[in-house]
Amino acid sequence: MTDVASLPRAGQPEPESGLTGATLTLRVFKGVPGREQGYTTYEVPEVAGMVVLDALHWVQRNVDTELAVRWNCKAGKCGSCSAEVNGRPILMCTTRIDTLARGPITIAPLKAFPLIKDLVTDVSRNYETNKLIPPFTAAPDDGTPWRIPQMDIDRLYEFRKCIECFLCQDICHVNRVHELSGRFFGPRFFVRVASLEMHPKDVLDRRELLRERGGIALCNITKCCTEVCPEHIHITDNAIIPLKERVADVHWDPVRWLGRKLFGGGARAGAGPPQ
Amino acid sequence: MIPYTIRQCDVLVVGAGGAGLRAAIASAEAGCSTIVITKTLLGKAHTVMAEGGIAAALGNLDSPDGWETHFADTMLGGQLVNNWRMVDLYSREVIDRVYELERWGGLFDRTEDGLVMQRAFGAHSFRRLCHVGDRTGLELIRTCQDRLVHTAGTDVLMECTLTRLLTSGDSVCGAFGYDRNTGELMVIRAGAVVMASGGWGRMFRYTSNAWEGTGDGAAMAYQVGADLQDMEFVQFHPTGMIWPPGARGILVTEGVRGEGGILRNSEGERFMERYDPVKKDLSSRDVVARSIYREVAAGRGTPHGGAYLDIASRRSPAEIRRKLPSMVEQFASLAGVDITKEPMEVGPTIHYTMGGIRVDPETSASSVPGLYAAGEVAAGLHGANRLGGNSLGDILVFGRRSGEAAAEHAKTLGSRLPVSETQIADEQAAVLRPLAGDGGEKGENPLQLHRTLQEAMQDDAGIGRSEESLNRALAAIGELREKSARMRVPGGRVLNPGWQTCRDVEFMLTVSEAIVRAALARRESRGAQWRFDFPERDDRLSRVNFVVREKAGAMAVEERALEPMPDDVVTRLARSRFFDPAVLPSHYAGKVQALPAEAHG
Repeated sequence: MTDVASLPRAGQPEPESGLTGATLTLRVFKGVPGREQGYTTYEVPEVAGMVVLDALHWVQRNVDTELAVRWNCKAGKCGSCSAEVNGRPILMCTTRIDTLARGPITIAPLKAFPLIKDLVTDVSRNYETNKLIPPFTAAPDDGTPWRIPQMDIDRLYEFRKCIECFLCQDICHVNRVHELSGRFFGPRFFVRVASLEMHPKDVLDRRELLRERGGIALCNITKCCTEVCPEHIHITDNAIIPLKERVADVHWDPVRWLGRKLFGGGARAGAGPPQ
Repeated sequence: MIPYTIRQCDVLVVGAGGAGLRAAIASAEAGCSTIVITKTLLGKAHTVMAEGGIAAALGNLDSPDGWETHFADTMLGGQLVNNWRMVDLYSREVIDRVYELERWGGLFDRTEDGLVMQRAFGAHSFRRLCHVGDRTGLELIRTCQDRLVHTAGTDVLMECTLTRLLTSGDSVCGAFGYDRNTGELMVIRAGAVVMASGGWGRMFRYTSNAWEGTGDGAAMAYQVGADLQDMEFVQFHPTGMIWPPGARGILVTEGVRGEGGILRNSEGERFMERYDPVKKDLSSRDVVARSIYREVAAGRGTPHGGAYLDIASRRSPAEIRRKLPSMVEQFASLAGVDITKEPMEVGPTIHYTMGGIRVDPETSASSVPGLYAAGEVAAGLHGANRLGGNSLGDILVFGRRSGEAAAEHAKTLGSRLPVSETQIADEQAAVLRPLAGDGGEKGENPLQLHRTLQEAMQDDAGIGRSEESLNRALAAIGELREKSARMRVPGGRVLNPGWQTCRDVEFMLTVSEAIVRAALARRESRGAQWRFDFPERDDRLSRVNFVVREKAGAMAVEERALEPMPDDVVTRLARSRFFDPAVLPSHYAGKVQALPAEAHG
């Protein structure tokens, strides 16, 4: 074993600086609502393997301490640093500069959400949407540990990987172009509902909620959400389409329609145990 | 004075990680109006970074496991300076907390029988970590988050920062802070405050911590007279990314080794066989981190100064993708490395703080009336070194306990204590000073001061320390504190990172000083504290914790005697497969004998 006394006094080996010698040009959106807004250009020394967020941190530390950026873990785990880089919604902490087209890099805030300042938008309506979705509810039982097949976990795990970066909410044209977010849960919350509806121990039925308040019919399966998801969740194929089928099954089935007409509309409407 | 808003609640919970959310649920379920305040958006707290799992002795795979064995592993991992009562409560109750989480909708991977799956982890005697893929922290926070927002009587203030606790007499009665997005100044009056603000790694250069790990909770508690304990114990996780430079410090889960991955040096040698022939690559984190450091110092490091972590030659690509999906993603996107084919380059990264606010084991009460603490900001459970999987358990067990105790305190208090206008005015002036615009040429940039502090702490108070290096760190902290009085930033209160960093820097200076002073006081090597000038363990220091507190305006370090384990508790230590009577300090010597190997199944 190495003799302790032979070790350096303190610290640990320094990494190489990694400077490539190149200079990057960033065009960064700056502004607050109701005042002058536009792009500011910054020149940043490139470091090997640099991600977009590294470049913005360099700007904050060395040029512009006022530049507002939302970030947290800087490891692709928390989903805070969403922005539109060269027009594409991405996480800035996992997007390497050397994967972008050469030339100036344009960085803008998410378009589908109200601007707060610079690259930061107000995403609070997502949290309001979540409150509308009845939470996980299991049937009462004797409390012995559950037995659940791994197959069920695998299916749900895909949905539970969601880090709530809201890139899917941003790219979805129902929100982005048609501004229908008040009538539309959006891809993130269809994934959320799917994770509840497909949980083998959950006993609620959220199909009427999806149809009515959630506006799931507004989705016309363009799959943009799936394309931008940093967790590679098959949002459209594995969450939205199966949910649409379930909604169609309960709402558009002619026999059930007749049943509702004859015996009243209360059956299976809203959240309640399945029959 | 600028007008400020006033909010009121029975219990104020500071932080929305697992501990804060679990505390808030407990407080609200006890009938108390509860506000959770968080610097970030809900669901982004550092808990999401936890990858490996929750350690709980369910015994689903290894039937000889039980809470007593978990107790023994945790005490031995902590080098016996843990608060044994906390470990006792923890190892019993964490089992219930896992099943509770499942009943709130949390997912866990399953055994063939459909029970909760458990994986091996460093220095745990048995396969014990309940997990879902390598995203257990995300699962925990999402489950608690959803539970909280559907619990009546709770309110969450997102993206708000607290800068000071308010006191009435000896008691905490609220806090002062601001909304990060609007700049609105606020006072929150509360019957009790639960500090659940997490740990602090951001004063070091290479850390797996998110930006918010600036030690606000410990610093604010210190300022109102709370005792901080075990501040010298800062955990280096052995495996952080080391290349590219921007990714340096990002965590590589211990789950890689839990799933069979091994460490090699540049000569291809599996060096952990040399440093810990029994536990090998799954030795405790302090041992593995030091071993990598030694290999690098001996010239057997990788090109970027670390070790190779190899899972590619040990498991099939399909298995790796299923059990470690986010590691596959992380190395592919950040380093351009396919871990199903190539080894990773890893090195130690600042990861976790064992120390923090000294608390009562049963109630999580601090030494200041009305102030409670749970999770990473609290001290005692982990001693000198935390075992992987014990943090997610910690936040559930003591999150719940602190929330219940704070609710009880708020209820018995009756009417809310008055807040002091003087305290509010003083704090407001202090918080706004960097915006005064009078710094001119001499104004200091808080982000640059932060970087300077990081260099000083990394170099001189890092994985290995000496009196000389610690004194250098102390001098740097003193110099930075002088400069910090002159921090000036342009702009206003609306979402201004420069301004927001000013108070972070002050908090980090306080906490850094506490780390350095405690590290100077503990003149021995134990767990995460590695002193080059005192490489051995000191038997006498097995009986004490070091406490840092404010005394007449200065930071004082005091020894506090540990409550020794009663004889019938000491004997539990033999339940650990890794128990070795030679590690016992003299006051426990002869009280426990090693069990025969077959007793461990």
